Amino acid sequence: MRRIAAFLLALSFCGATNAQSPDTGTGQTEGEAVPVYPVTVFPPSPESEDKEQRGERVVAGLSQDSVGITARYDRMDILIYGAIKREAPIPSGSLDVIVTVEAPSRPLTIWRKERKAGIWINSEKVEIGAAPGFYAVASSAPLDEILQPDWDRRYRISLPLALRAYAGQIAVKDAVPFTEALIRIRESNGLYRLDEGAVKLVDQTLFRADVRLPANLIEGDYKTRIFLLRDGKVIDVYRAPIEVRKVGLERWLYRLAFDQPLVYGLMSLAVAVFAGWGASAAFRKLRRV
Amino acid sequence: MQIFLPIAEVSVNAFTLVGLGGLVGLMSGLFGVGGGFLITPLLFFIGIPPAIAVATGANQVVASSVSGVLAHVKRKTVDFRMGGVLLAGGLIGSWLGVWVFNLLQSAGQVDLVVQLCYVVFLGLIGMMMLQESIRALRRSKNATYRRRLHQHMWVHRWPVKMKFRASGLYISVFPPLLVGLAVGVLAAIMGVGGGFIMVPAMIYLLGVPTKVVVGTSLFQIIFVTAFTTVMHAVSYNTVDIMLALLLIVGGVVGAQVGTTLGARLRAEQLRILLALLVLLVCGKLALDLVLRPDELYSITSGIE
Repeated sequence: MRRIAAFLLALSFCGATNAQSPDTGTGQTEGEAVPVYPVTVFPPSPESEDKEQRGERVVAGLSQDSVGITARYDRMDILIYGAIKREAPIPSGSLDVIVTVEAPSRPLTIWRKERKAGIWINSEKVEIGAAPGFYAVASSAPLDEILQPDWDRRYRISLPLALRAYAGQIAVKDAVPFTEALIRIRESNGLYRLDEGAVKLVDQTLFRADVRLPANLIEGDYKTRIFLLRDGKVIDVYRAPIEVRKVGLERWLYRLAFDQPLVYGLMSLAVAVFAGWGASAAFRKLRRV
Repeated sequence: MQIFLPIAEVSVNAFTLVGLGGLVGLMSGLFGVGGGFLITPLLFFIGIPPAIAVATGANQVVASSVSGVLAHVKRKTVDFRMGGVLLAGGLIGSWLGVWVFNLLQSAGQVDLVVQLCYVVFLGLIGMMMLQESIRALRRSKNATYRRRLHQHMWVHRWPVKMKFRASGLYISVFPPLLVGLAVGVLAAIMGVGGGFIMVPAMIYLLGVPTKVVVGTSLFQIIFVTAFTTVMHAVSYNTVDIMLALLLIVGGVVGAQVGTTLGARLRAEQLRILLALLVLLVCGKLALDLVLRPDELYSITSGIE
């Protein structure tokens, strides 16, 4: 009994702190494997929100909360659907929904080539401490029309803001072209995506979005966030995890390669030698016939 | 048919990989090159991360070389003694090469050095081979010229002589040892088996008959690439067995077809073909270095 009370207390505490400093991007709440209730579903504190908007909340679901990577894995669509819950009549003002799906972040280095002595070589670099391996934003209308910049900064919704801090000292004068290049390259690879208008909103109550996961998927705990906006302000956030794991043969090979590298290396060799010998023997047979 | 590669973590078309393996296997059987210098850039092109492309390419080369060498053993065109001497030099060389590679890596710019190595060596060898084989072709057309059994060059005057019966040579062990060593160093730095350097070096520096060169080179390549594969798997976990298997399936068949085809074509024609291929790859790499790239920026994972 005492434990439940403590749990509730913790939840409401989280709710309150969350309303004041909504999202620093890497808050502890996202580290939890499967939250029983997404913490931010609790009503934001009255000081920070308009009274008439307090009543609207997002309830949502995913077509899949885990993805198993098998050998036959290719692209995959995840359907994110939900409704807007309210007890009062629909307030005035424009209502919009933004959905983001984000892969775990990894550090990376962006290089710029320069011409030196007639050849193009990597010269300057910018190191990024954490950039998501995959990031998709889907919205019910163009982002700049429905999202105010300060709310964007707070929740790090749009692509440039999703890239976290630079790592170490920046040696270049202007790091912006580097991060722009990162987004450009990953957008052309389908790893970063902005689908404005991909969220279908029906009667200001029901919504759905299809987010396509890329073919080159990395393992980890993906984060889904659904933002409910009124007049450019975020009034509610719903979060859900998607667990992406290798399964079956893929998992076995991956573990073997990292846990028993020598065995794995020798196995690769054995496969190669055997295949080479097998083909040679088979062709000899074929020629004799 | 798409297939997800467990180590590379990308999804690629299985038939593309089998076809790629087949193409490189064909080269391997035909020319006695392992095909590493072709497969590695081709794998980059279809989106395999460079480190994995290099390591897995080496594994694939093992298979196609085994397949090719067995066909050569049947035709008695492998000089095992020569292969052994080359290999001894090769293993020392690749150990040295790995050490140099690490030095380059800590200094940055390893990509550039690798690319420059490719351009310089492929260019030199391609030109040399093309010139030599065109001259040889002209000579044989005149039909009055009778080629000597082997030419005596400065390397043949060195001490510690050894009989290489299959090659019909009686030369010092040092030239083949040094050739093996040099090729081993370059192979480790460039991430290939080194056949495309080994074959011309054996023909032009050691005077080994063309018929024996291909089988002997393949024999040596098996061991150098096997060593490379295990090294990569143990120290960097970059061998993708699924990717290797698909390349191998195409590769072993290609190697057999190539060997059969090679027995029917004339040695000079083969050399012209290889020379043109080497020059083609060289030209492409050189253009990449000199022309302004479409995308000036590139992304590498991890930070220093």
